[in-house]
Amino acid sequence: MEWLAEFPSLDRRELSNMKKGIDGAFREFSRAYGEGLEAFFYPLLKFMVWFEKLLQATPWPIILVVVAGLSWLGSRSVKVTVGAVIAFIAIGIFGMWEDTMSTLAIISVATIICIAVGIPIGILMARSDRLQGLITPVLDVMQTIPSFVYLIPVVMLLGIGKVPGLLAVCIYAMPPIVRLTNLGIRLVDRDVLEAATAFGASPKQKLWGVQVPLALPNIFAGVNQTIMMALSMVVVASMIGVQGLGVPVLRAISNQYLALGVMNGLAIVALAIIFDRVSQTFGKRLQAHRKGHH
Amino acid sequence: MSNEDAPKVRISNLYKVFGKTPAGVMDKVRTGMSKTDLLEQTGHVLALNDISLDIPARRIQVIMGLSGSGKSTLIRHINRLIEPTAGEIWIDGENVLEMNEAQLRDLRRFKTSMVFQKFGLLPHRTVALNVAYGLEIQGVDEAEAEKRAAHWIDRVGLSGFEQHYPGQLSGGMQQRVGLARALATDAEILLMDEAFSALDPLIRTDMQSILLDLQEELHKTIIFITHDLDEALRLGENIAILRDGAVIQTGTAQDIVMKPADDYIRDFVRDINRGRVITMRSIMTPGASAASATIPAATSLEEALPLLNAIDGHAATAVDKAGNPLGSIDLSTAIDAMRVAE
Repeated sequence: MEWLAEFPSLDRRELSNMKKGIDGAFREFSRAYGEGLEAFFYPLLKFMVWFEKLLQATPWPIILVVVAGLSWLGSRSVKVTVGAVIAFIAIGIFGMWEDTMSTLAIISVATIICIAVGIPIGILMARSDRLQGLITPVLDVMQTIPSFVYLIPVVMLLGIGKVPGLLAVCIYAMPPIVRLTNLGIRLVDRDVLEAATAFGASPKQKLWGVQVPLALPNIFAGVNQTIMMALSMVVVASMIGVQGLGVPVLRAISNQYLALGVMNGLAIVALAIIFDRVSQTFGKRLQAHRKGHH
Repeated sequence: MSNEDAPKVRISNLYKVFGKTPAGVMDKVRTGMSKTDLLEQTGHVLALNDISLDIPARRIQVIMGLSGSGKSTLIRHINRLIEPTAGEIWIDGENVLEMNEAQLRDLRRFKTSMVFQKFGLLPHRTVALNVAYGLEIQGVDEAEAEKRAAHWIDRVGLSGFEQHYPGQLSGGMQQRVGLARALATDAEILLMDEAFSALDPLIRTDMQSILLDLQEELHKTIIFITHDLDEALRLGENIAILRDGAVIQTGTAQDIVMKPADDYIRDFVRDINRGRVITMRSIMTPGASAASATIPAATSLEEALPLLNAIDGHAATAVDKAGNPLGSIDLSTAIDAMRVAE
């Protein structure tokens, strides 16, 4: 009964040969294409560096004004706007201004990329059940696989730096916007869509005139989730060379600096809350038509 | 354009089968397999069974049937929201089934418009922008569309609500928006799919009156789907009755009430108010009449009975609008007509 006690696995030599084979093949691949890929991402790197420098070089009062302005435009709420400004002032007073600007830069770029790639994928998914069947498991993997696992091939291919960090953030943060765009469009009332068809709307007119506008609240919930998830990746990204609030947190972990860790951690939380409140109130305002008068 | 007598919409030998391979079971349908047998043996649902119907221009054609009779499926074939399994649909002498995507869009933009049971309004647009929707799709410029939308909003009695969202309006008001949106495109054919069925009885009667008033001046070709016989009799100049996907009787309201084609329809018409539906024209004895008193042929039984009762001899001559005699009527015939023919 010995064979029942232990699972009949491949023997050790076979397994190690298999792993070696895969590792070798990937190493070959990264040697052959690594440089090409790096060249492909070079414009992105330049843009990120430029954006980060811009944020850091801008005088802090101007940043405060821009933060206040964007919060007001998004939320139209005095409470949210004042809260955002106070949070930024606190961040500055506690000496985390520069790291915060770096984090803002990578979060903004990651969010833009996720929106630019994720919304079109979500729209395509909504139009084809087969595509949905293909993409959904990929999204599941992207969301659940431990980030360290995909950091290995990314670092092997592109080395350490901003671009691999950005990729890691995007892989983790993109699924919600794809999912919620897809869901939002699929949830659009069939009767409304049929009416648009009956009046002779072309597929394009239906997409931009009916489906996307009616899916906007859901799409916005997706953007909100994407930003939150991108922020939660800041510490992991700092492990592969991304500047920002994650770096001091990492240092605090390895040196047991309690105060440093808590301060930078709270700064990340403050950013998350500001992004969340502003994008949520904006999303709610998009649904003004849903409020009945009776 | 086609001449006046040609049907505006001609549906001929139309079949619709829902299922995995509708074309594959058409032979069985054509050889007369029943709906139940088809479902049991092949898993296919026979929704429309050999429908042929000529719909005249500028009149209200009602298609009546209970739920599951295929009426909503049928109306969606006219603008091809649903593709038929077999058969033909012609509008103004053009074969709708041979149209390509672009031609079909033009048909839907310019020739037909539609009103839906569940309104189908765009919840993110104001009343004004909803009514202008069809015009926007047609490519009419914004200022012109706004002007025309305002006109139709006024015609359905919604002035002052232009900037409201559909969600802020009651059901009856929402359907006025739906009606205005359909009228604004100036389409000749108005498809109304149970347009008033979701409304309260009082509001429904209201909307019927609005539609009849508008029709008196617009003379559109209206195809009106309903499950409500009273509504069918009130609105329909021509009525087709649908059961299990087949047309079982076509005719005027009088034909349906006076000469029901089978027991199914007889059961249907038993409960309706005959006094209001039946007119002198359908119960008179055509030909010369000796009576000197006259009653317009369009008078309903309800109105004619007291008149006939008051006349000496209880008999009168039915006359048309110009006063020409059409036939003779008497009180006992009128009273007989109140009873359901067994």
